Amino acid sequence: MPALSNNSTEKGPFVSLLADLPGGGKAFMGILLAATLYIIIGNVWIPADSFFHVPTYMVSLLGKYVCYALLALSVDLIWGYCGILSLGHGAFFALGGYAMGMYLMRQIGDRGVYGNPDLPDFMVFLNWQELPWYWFGFDSFIFAALMVMLVPGLLAFVFGWFAFRSRVTGVYFSIITQAMTYALLLAFFRNDMGFGGNNGLTDFKDILGFDLRADGTKIGLFCGSVIALLVGYLVCVYITQSKFGRVLIAIRDAESRARFTGYRVEFYKLTVFVISAVLAGIAGAFYVPQVGIINPSEFSPANSIEIVIWVAVGGRGTLWGAVLGAVLINWGKSYFTGALPDAWLYMLGGLFVFSTLVLPKGIVGTVPLWAEKIKRRIALKSSAADTGVK
Amino acid sequence: MRTHTLIASVLLCFLAICTRPTPVSADSAGELVSGIAQKSFSKKAAAVEKLASSGNENAALILNALMQGNLYRVKTDSTRVVLVLSEEGSLKISDPVTGAEFPSLTKSDLKKIRINNKVRSAIKAGLGRLDLTHIDPDRRLSAAAAVFKSGDPTMLPVLEELLSKEQDEHVKSAFKIAVASLQLINGQDKKIRLKAVETLQDAGGQEVKGLLSKAALQLATEKSEGSAEIAKAVEKALASVDRQLATYGMVENLFQGLSLGSVLLLAAIGLAITFGVMGVINMAHGEMVMIGAYTTYVIQETCRLYMPGVLDYSLIVAIPLAFLVSGLFGILLERSVIRFLYGRPLETLLATWGISLILQQFVRTIFGPTNKEVSTPSWLSGAWEITSGLSVTYNRLAIIVFALLVLFFLMLVLKKTLFGLQMRAVTQNRMMARSMGVRSASVDALTFGLGSGVAGMAGVALSQIDNVSPNLGQAYIIDSFMVVVFGGVGNLWGTLVGAGSLGIVNKFLEPYSGAVLAKILVLVAIILFIQKRPRGLFALKGRSVEG
Repeated sequence: MPALSNNSTEKGPFVSLLADLPGGGKAFMGILLAATLYIIIGNVWIPADSFFHVPTYMVSLLGKYVCYALLALSVDLIWGYCGILSLGHGAFFALGGYAMGMYLMRQIGDRGVYGNPDLPDFMVFLNWQELPWYWFGFDSFIFAALMVMLVPGLLAFVFGWFAFRSRVTGVYFSIITQAMTYALLLAFFRNDMGFGGNNGLTDFKDILGFDLRADGTKIGLFCGSVIALLVGYLVCVYITQSKFGRVLIAIRDAESRARFTGYRVEFYKLTVFVISAVLAGIAGAFYVPQVGIINPSEFSPANSIEIVIWVAVGGRGTLWGAVLGAVLINWGKSYFTGALPDAWLYMLGGLFVFSTLVLPKGIVGTVPLWAEKIKRRIALKSSAADTGVK
Repeated sequence: MRTHTLIASVLLCFLAICTRPTPVSADSAGELVSGIAQKSFSKKAAAVEKLASSGNENAALILNALMQGNLYRVKTDSTRVVLVLSEEGSLKISDPVTGAEFPSLTKSDLKKIRINNKVRSAIKAGLGRLDLTHIDPDRRLSAAAAVFKSGDPTMLPVLEELLSKEQDEHVKSAFKIAVASLQLINGQDKKIRLKAVETLQDAGGQEVKGLLSKAALQLATEKSEGSAEIAKAVEKALASVDRQLATYGMVENLFQGLSLGSVLLLAAIGLAITFGVMGVINMAHGEMVMIGAYTTYVIQETCRLYMPGVLDYSLIVAIPLAFLVSGLFGILLERSVIRFLYGRPLETLLATWGISLILQQFVRTIFGPTNKEVSTPSWLSGAWEITSGLSVTYNRLAIIVFALLVLFFLMLVLKKTLFGLQMRAVTQNRMMARSMGVRSASVDALTFGLGSGVAGMAGVALSQIDNVSPNLGQAYIIDSFMVVVFGGVGNLWGTLVGAGSLGIVNKFLEPYSGAVLAKILVLVAIILFIQKRPRGLFALKGRSVEG
């Protein structure tokens, strides 16, 4: 990674940030923007019978991947740069999703099956008389958007404050984050929690007045997700390139040493953990309107571990590698669960083993290494050949 | 009237189906029945009583028929009693004892046997008595319970008489309780009623509580001799029964908690070993449990096919085999994957998770996704009734004992064998152990095998109380982690205390908050506990801590 350059004072932080994007970052942003542009054009202007047409369901599917990519990014930020392996990041994602789902639920109004203007369908079904207090405010998009960031952020703050302050690290931290998401899973399954229990929140109609089933809304949501991913990426790059990020890396590599040097490790960890949780929450908020449902299974510990493997396959500590891993694996999942449903779990399991044993640095970290090795070998051979001739 | 006879005949047909006539005792029964045909009502009542206490199988049918007015006497032969049923318009006239029909007789040949209130009450008492004197003690027990429930005062003399004759201890106490209940509610004599309250208090149980509350209500309005005193006694008894029920509830909760705790102990103990020695979180540990459970299933099915005689003992054979199978899987896992990942615990966690996915899918491919049933052997089914209202099932009890045995066996291995010594050495200081000549690599492999083998044995136990399915392991893995994290690693006592307390706390919270909330509360409590003791209750001290 290039050292933090000092021309930031001259050009302003943003321009310098773009100029200093770490390895592959520029290419990544370029490809992402180009792909987005093509998807929009391919969906709207290229006729449906053309080979180059992008069908609308594909746009939503890709939008889902983009949300996963943002989620993977948030995990990479803490795992790749600070060594915090959270096995409960799905919880933050789901909480953001639930906050958005609650807003979408309120937008249904009296168009539900029971036609009750005040209560969502599942509450009518459960004979609830009035809206629970924690549902107030979700009629407003602004409030919901705030909650999308605030709720995961707050949970991460409280959880992280307790955990980091008492120096819970390594596998212990992983296990208790897993317990956290497991507890939330059980809690959200309960009907009397007031979040739709087993079925979750669904049957959404529109967002900000736009019909969720309309093609235009779907493309809009896709673009929104891409923008969220780009902004999230830049935020992560900014954090990791700053002095703050340097300390994070120091903590990752030698926590005790960083502490002895005088850094307040807990503060750094907590901050980055909260930022990561907020990013995950935002990803969840974009995810829900695109898939049309949020239910407790998003909290399942297995989901959270899967996120980690996206990052591991793509390459931890590379940011855009996480994005690559998320998109690749989820594409594979969509494809193989359709084509070879029995084989998918073998492949996923094999991927866990393979990526940790063979690709400890992920695709992004390993491929250049191999390339270099091959190059060196060729150079060696040619020099050997040269000497042979002489 | 007609509808009544119709209903009666339907009922009787039903009864006739239930109680097949037996020709064996026909002679003596015939004599008894002919007694009913006598003119005098008091003689009839005596005959009814005799019939009821005769133990004849048809007695219930005959008495019911008499009650319904379906018994007739032949005019020409005053000792011949016949049963008349109207079946699809035509009359069916038969002998009540043998069931033989008399096609030659018509209704004009017959005269209905009349009964009055005296006979009626004799019949009622007789019917109650029939079950109370049944040969099968279980029938007698349920008859006593029925009397207790109905509170029929006419049964009191019958019961009192039978009580003096009863031999079976269980039945005797049931009779005593039933008598006491009748005495308390219907009695007049203060002394007897007070005595009854005492008997009931000693008996205890949920039903007695209901009866006592009923008695308390009745006594409040009653104005008989000494009712205030009795009411006081009832109140006292009620309080004592309440206390006893609460204690039973506690004991039951404790047992349930211990049972859950022993299951957790079995599942977590192997995890604690591998985590303690190698610092490796084995996410595939739950699948080792699952493999153990499937091994049990396979052995059961093999036994069913080839040696049905020893099917009851297949579980015992399964214990060592499950240990071996899961242990071999564990060693294979360690040699092929985990050993390349030492020093990278987070990566190990991911890799083992991947292996758990593969193993689950593997089992699903072979055995299918549906639940497999491992039957409970006859020597483990049933329950041990400690007192009335408090019983523990044998299979749960067996699991507690089994878990403690496994713990004991592991302690023995750890403390008394060379392998155990080496294992502890590696746990405490790997580098030092290696420089002393301990082959840490083989210790690692064997430790992993041991931990996985114990998980396999846990699978045998779990097959008795849970569904054997590919997801079996997943259900327990997080709880086992919690046990290990709570108890601390590298110390089996920590695992024991962790598992026991988690199980008990869980079960004690359940009645107040429901099962799911209890689990959530326990998880939250552990997350908070970790803050206080980041390394668990029994933390290792020394250099290995920072490793």
